[in-house]
Amino acid sequence: MTAPSAHVSVVGATLGGAFGHNRARIVLSSLAIALGVALGFAVQLVNQAAIGEFAGSMATLSGSADLEVRGPRAGFDETLFVGLAQDADIAVASPVVEIDARIKGRDEALPVFGVDAFRAGTVTPSLTGSASDLLDVLRPDTAFVSAAAASQLDLAKGGTVTLQSGLRDVVLTVAGLAQSASSQSYAVMDIAAAQEQFGRVGRLTRIDLRVRPGADVAAVRTRLASALPTGVSVEPPQARADATTRMSRAYRVNLNVLALVALFTGGLLVFSTQALSVVRRRAQFALLRTLGLTRRRLVCLLLVEGAIVGAAGSLLGLAAGYVLAGAALRVFGADLGAGYFRGVAPAVVLEPLATFVFGALGILAAALGSLIPALEAARAAPAAALKAGDEQAAFHPLRRAWPGASLLAAGALASLSPPLAGLPIMGYVAIALLQIGTLMLMPRVANFLLARIPTPRFVPAALALDQLRGAPGQALVSLATIVASVSLMVSMAIMVASFRQSLDDWLVRVLPADTYVRAGSAGDSAFFSADDQRKFAGLPGVRRVDFQRAQSLLLDAALPRVVLLARDLPAKDPARALPLVAEARVGVAGDPPPVWVSEATADLYGYGLGQRITLPIAGRAVAFTVAGVWRDYARQQGAIVVDRALYTALTGDTTANDAALWLDTGARVEDVRRELEARVGPAGALTFASPGEIRTISLRIFDRTFAVTYALEAAAVIIGLVGLSSSFGALVFARRREFGMLRHIGLTRGQIAGMLATEGLLVSGIGLTVGLALGWLLSLVLVFVVNRQSFHWSMDLHLPWIPLLALAASLLALATVTTLISARSTMGADVIRAVKDDW
Amino acid sequence: MLSLRDVSKSFTGPRPLAVLRGLTLNVGPGEFVAVMGESGVGKSTLLNLIAGLDRPDSGNVAVDGTDLATLDDDALTRLRRERMGFVFQAFHVLPYLSVAQNVALPLALLDIRGPEADARVAAMLDAVGMGSRGASMPRELSGGELQRVAIGRALIHRPALVLADEPTGNLDADSAAGVIDLLRRQLKAQGATGVLVTHSHAAAAAADRVLTLAADGLRDTSLPATR
Repeated sequence: MTAPSAHVSVVGATLGGAFGHNRARIVLSSLAIALGVALGFAVQLVNQAAIGEFAGSMATLSGSADLEVRGPRAGFDETLFVGLAQDADIAVASPVVEIDARIKGRDEALPVFGVDAFRAGTVTPSLTGSASDLLDVLRPDTAFVSAAAASQLDLAKGGTVTLQSGLRDVVLTVAGLAQSASSQSYAVMDIAAAQEQFGRVGRLTRIDLRVRPGADVAAVRTRLASALPTGVSVEPPQARADATTRMSRAYRVNLNVLALVALFTGGLLVFSTQALSVVRRRAQFALLRTLGLTRRRLVCLLLVEGAIVGAAGSLLGLAAGYVLAGAALRVFGADLGAGYFRGVAPAVVLEPLATFVFGALGILAAALGSLIPALEAARAAPAAALKAGDEQAAFHPLRRAWPGASLLAAGALASLSPPLAGLPIMGYVAIALLQIGTLMLMPRVANFLLARIPTPRFVPAALALDQLRGAPGQALVSLATIVASVSLMVSMAIMVASFRQSLDDWLVRVLPADTYVRAGSAGDSAFFSADDQRKFAGLPGVRRVDFQRAQSLLLDAALPRVVLLARDLPAKDPARALPLVAEARVGVAGDPPPVWVSEATADLYGYGLGQRITLPIAGRAVAFTVAGVWRDYARQQGAIVVDRALYTALTGDTTANDAALWLDTGARVEDVRRELEARVGPAGALTFASPGEIRTISLRIFDRTFAVTYALEAAAVIIGLVGLSSSFGALVFARRREFGMLRHIGLTRGQIAGMLATEGLLVSGIGLTVGLALGWLLSLVLVFVVNRQSFHWSMDLHLPWIPLLALAASLLALATVTTLISARSTMGADVIRAVKDDW
Repeated sequence: MLSLRDVSKSFTGPRPLAVLRGLTLNVGPGEFVAVMGESGVGKSTLLNLIAGLDRPDSGNVAVDGTDLATLDDDALTRLRRERMGFVFQAFHVLPYLSVAQNVALPLALLDIRGPEADARVAAMLDAVGMGSRGASMPRELSGGELQRVAIGRALIHRPALVLADEPTGNLDADSAAGVIDLLRRQLKAQGATGVLVTHSHAAAAAADRVLTLAADGLRDTSLPATR
């Protein structure tokens, strides 16, 4: 007879017990890792695709320009072009007028570039058109559209597109396609025609420069910059793309961190699964150590075990992440709803480095989750571990308080740190330290809480309480996942609720009028002329009209333009019209005129209350005093409010973009709107909105932006419940002999179920209590540190008590049911026979 | 082969306990010694000290001339791997490995594989009376059969010293007798030294020398015919 194979490997002997008995829990752990990897990978792919496409589009539109001269959105004096074109170091200078022209009948704008076709052809060929008739490039009423614009707007050669300038229509005939492979939507027309049609006569938005061969671009830039008027800068074309991506960086990093949170929770699930698996196999490891397996080798093998779980999860997560990225782009767009990359339509591209990094992160999370159990298994004294009943010794190290307390203190310190490179890195570190520190203190917290619960008279419940008091370590491993997931869910829920409530309160504050009317609904080509504004006077039912003009200023070429809001402000206490975050500064005689800067402006440009600043207005550096800082959730790039009368005096610009109307008592909004349309504008040229409508749209956009956050909250809760179920099931399996003995001495199945339900209720209750408290603490870091440092706006803390308590009650009930379902095997006959088991 | 000189061991904690006091023991190569004593007197502690799984508070433990106090944990582990075999009361046979694989485990730890390992395992299975059960899983075996597998595992790598902690504690009288007889035969066949901790006089009677551990130390209580 052939001798049976005696082949056995040390790896197989060590790990065989894990994958044999633990399959369901290992699969769940892998799925949790997969979820974290999928979310992180999807976010990364979308971000990379968006930035890549955006940068590519910018580069295409910039062509072979070495430098760009840029100023405010309203443009700068076109006479600047003459000097630059004649500069000895400049080979070609191409003037450009950029208009975001509202498309009639649509709530979107089409970027229109007015160019000198002959100059643009050599510097930025994508800003020229393929013309069958060469005169088309000069006609005042023709334009060339990009392929993307033609597709989106259903335009063909010979067709027309109607844009809005002021309140009138500008009808352009499509003469052909622009010569560009960019996926952006835009139109190109003759520069003089653009200036004439859109009220930019004498103004340029930008001048593209190609430096003569052999000239040092940096030196040319430095020389030209010194001669430019205030508010106009000269930079490489890349600077413009960098400024936009820089503004979106905090949002993108935030999303990445949220995805990593899911991965962290998955890692915790691996920890709880591995911890309980190691405890179950304690005697097995003791045997192997006795027979000659070294500590180091045991630790390595257990880390490999965790890494295998992570690898399986990573593979699945990468595949799912790729699919998720494609879906997210289709549903939410390239910026996942945040609005940074409008008009960009990228496709998902598999990036080898990102694939490797996120695959490795999944493996690392699982291996790290296995580290503490592995070290504990190696640390255990083999002689003691060979005896049954030694399992509690596995959790003794958890009872030391100083590691957890130290991490909590370090987390508190980290939360006080300033941003690093404009990102709330230390805020994220603080959240991680506070989380881990609390988890490490859970044994003490649980002991404290359990000691204060009175022993019930109901015997199964009393047994449950005694079990938890006598063996808290095992239950605490289950607690890790539920505390982590509940705290993260609660912290995000509080942060989102605080932000939403603050946004709502802010909207109430900044929308005091009864109705609002805007020239156009998108872009910057529509406006109310002085004549249009005069027609508002004497409107029946209207007792007050305030106008606002929005412009933009270039204060720093490394940042997007700041919005300048010229508003009709009340003469007495103008600051009362703004949602200030602190007391306004009282003007002192001799001070320059006041401006009120948004929180973002104050943070980005270092402006402080009372500080004297200069702003480039109408080509001059004009002095102002910062009279107040106000909260602004609409413009992350920053905004500055100035009195409109002063703005008009400085610039001569009498136009306005928006009007706020206060109505007489009893007047109807519909009647006022009808009368205004009849007096002022053609149908469709005006956009009306009530404060309620604006609030609804704004909050809808908010909810869409935070859809990803809501999804991650749900994922965190699911992982927590799964973790509790998984670990509780493992614990019950390990206690089969105990339940067998209880059944032998006369406890009924129902009483065993009652005992387990009580244990589940107590463990879940402790987990939820600690999770709620930790979640509140983490929300403080999110609200006052992460959000502030990421987006430069403050918010008021708002605790959504009722939803949180309702959620806690639901989770408690779910967790109790989950533990009962996991433990149903204890009701069976096998458990009675378990007392005879060898292991 | 085995030398304990003036060894003491206490356990600290809420209720400190001095288990061994000034114990001295010498066991020659190839000798089979049984240690008896009441429960809690320190028999298992004595075995743990000999195996290097615990360290004495004072005194020396030397195995084959090597003072265990001079070895770190890795070195002690290697010593156990190469020079010692273990038989436990609870068998401690890995439930997910077959009988043959369980017996082969010490060879795997020593990196002995392939035909040589297979041949040695087959021979050992025959020697312990489990030649036809190599492919069986532990759950298919009786207590006595499990202990035979454990004895095979303890001796497969030809250790110099075999430590057996109550190997018949979970067995009926017939199985116990068979197991002790097997253990003694295999020890003698390989020339290994054996230390047996037991409650059973019948098991102890198989040893060359019987020692009784008490609070006042270790005494030779062998019957005259066994001295």
